[in-house]
Amino acid sequence: MAVDHINFNVKKGELFGFLGPNAAGKTTTIRMLTGVIKPDDGAASVFGYGILREGLKTRQLMGIVPEMANAYVDLSAWNNLMLVGELYGVPKSLRRERATRLLKEFGLYERRSHLVKGYSRGMKQKLLLCMALINGPQILFLDEPTSGLDVESQRLIRDMIRDFNKNGVTVFLTTHNMDEANQLCDRIAIINHGKIAAIDSPEKLRLRSSGLQSIEVSFDKGVDIEELAKFHGVNEAKKMGDKIRLYVDEPSAVIDKLLDFSRSKNLRIISLNTLAPTLEDVFLKLVKEG
Amino acid sequence: METNLFWDQFTRSFAIVKKNIRIYYSKGPVIIFGLLVPFFLFLSFYIGRSMPVEALIPGLLGMTAFFTATSVGPAIVPWEARAKTLERLISSPVSIWTIFLGDVLSSFLFGALVSMFPIIVGFSIGVQIVNPLILGFGVVLATFCFASFSILLSAYPPTDTPASVMMLSSMIKFPLVFISGIFIPIEELPAWGRTISSISPLTYFTDLARYSISGKGYYPIEVDLIVLAVFTIAFLVSAIKIHERTMQKRL
Repeated sequence: MAVDHINFNVKKGELFGFLGPNAAGKTTTIRMLTGVIKPDDGAASVFGYGILREGLKTRQLMGIVPEMANAYVDLSAWNNLMLVGELYGVPKSLRRERATRLLKEFGLYERRSHLVKGYSRGMKQKLLLCMALINGPQILFLDEPTSGLDVESQRLIRDMIRDFNKNGVTVFLTTHNMDEANQLCDRIAIINHGKIAAIDSPEKLRLRSSGLQSIEVSFDKGVDIEELAKFHGVNEAKKMGDKIRLYVDEPSAVIDKLLDFSRSKNLRIISLNTLAPTLEDVFLKLVKEG
Repeated sequence: METNLFWDQFTRSFAIVKKNIRIYYSKGPVIIFGLLVPFFLFLSFYIGRSMPVEALIPGLLGMTAFFTATSVGPAIVPWEARAKTLERLISSPVSIWTIFLGDVLSSFLFGALVSMFPIIVGFSIGVQIVNPLILGFGVVLATFCFASFSILLSAYPPTDTPASVMMLSSMIKFPLVFISGIFIPIEELPAWGRTISSISPLTYFTDLARYSISGKGYYPIEVDLIVLAVFTIAFLVSAIKIHERTMQKRL
């Protein structure tokens, strides 16, 4: 079963992240919500319209960048946009105006009449976003929108997503990029093995994860990591290059022990930092538990 | 409200038609199976035989309409499944029947336009058409029927390999041409041959074309028209139903 009785709400105007490892059920969820596949059981609604009974109405409100789908490579960017505009019933003058504006914003206007088969991956992804926006959607479904793109294209697309959201468009974003989710999302759901493991804001997810705070320490000489791992309050010790990371429940108590340890062994502490858990730590912990 | 929805969806199917014309009319398999195959098949039949032109034109027209109207339809869905564009269509606010109506209309237009060629050839060499209105209506009805048949050809199995569908559809289309009174008029077939030919929609169009050109047909003209209409509805409904059931397997 790809998705198993998941339950969540996305608020209007929210930028909602859907995070999970490969084959967790992210794309299946987005495909069900966008009417591509039918769920075996359960119900979902978008802006009050049921996805099964009122599929045409819900899809009319959506803009979609599917992970697996392509633009028509035998058509030009312009004709792709006109096609999607027509499929959404956008009047001719409005779709021409929107297509011109979007192609200019995404830097594709000069190549609008070229066949998409000659486009780079980044250009195709930008075009997919233009196609998702041609109908002026109220909700955007973005399935891994920056996957496989260069840094510059990733940044442009993230900035655009922020701008659309600022203008009131609700965004449902699936990604396995922690940093992207952390930078963009108001709230995040973590899905694993088809079940929701947690839903909260990125900061709250980090704070509520006990045992994931850590201390990073380096000494002037090598030490036995096993000795540090035996300290009371240390859950795990890991060597990270020339540093040692200790995962702890209470950092201050362990710092005292580290100072005592360095004095007794005649070691000098070169650096000592306390670290809050990253979203990646939280994600990995939840995935492991799931 | 329902009428508005129907009309709205109907107009959106023209977006699919335009897309299909731009992409699929120039695809290799469409040119080969839609234009070259019927042309060379006709030449191989015609050369070396002394037949009156009036007897040849209905067969040429039937073969052209059948091959051209069935050449675009089978390629579209497998092609789109392979190119990963089918998911985009499915996730847009159009129903399955809107998508397939667009596919049928684009196949129909291709068939109807190319079918003008044998009619123009017939005119230019002095062939008289006894019932031009019936011929015109028959060409429209038959090409729509064959176009509906063409999307049925790609309904099962749900593959994403256009070559497989074109091969499979050729295995069905070629025998139909040989049993449909194109090369041998129906009245000259043995009783078992006439029985087999009665299951082919092409038989009724060829008969209608003979009636329109020479004034003589095997079946009453009403039978030709009604049977073609029944075949059209049956092909269209069954194709859409099967595609609805198999669509998930293509995505």
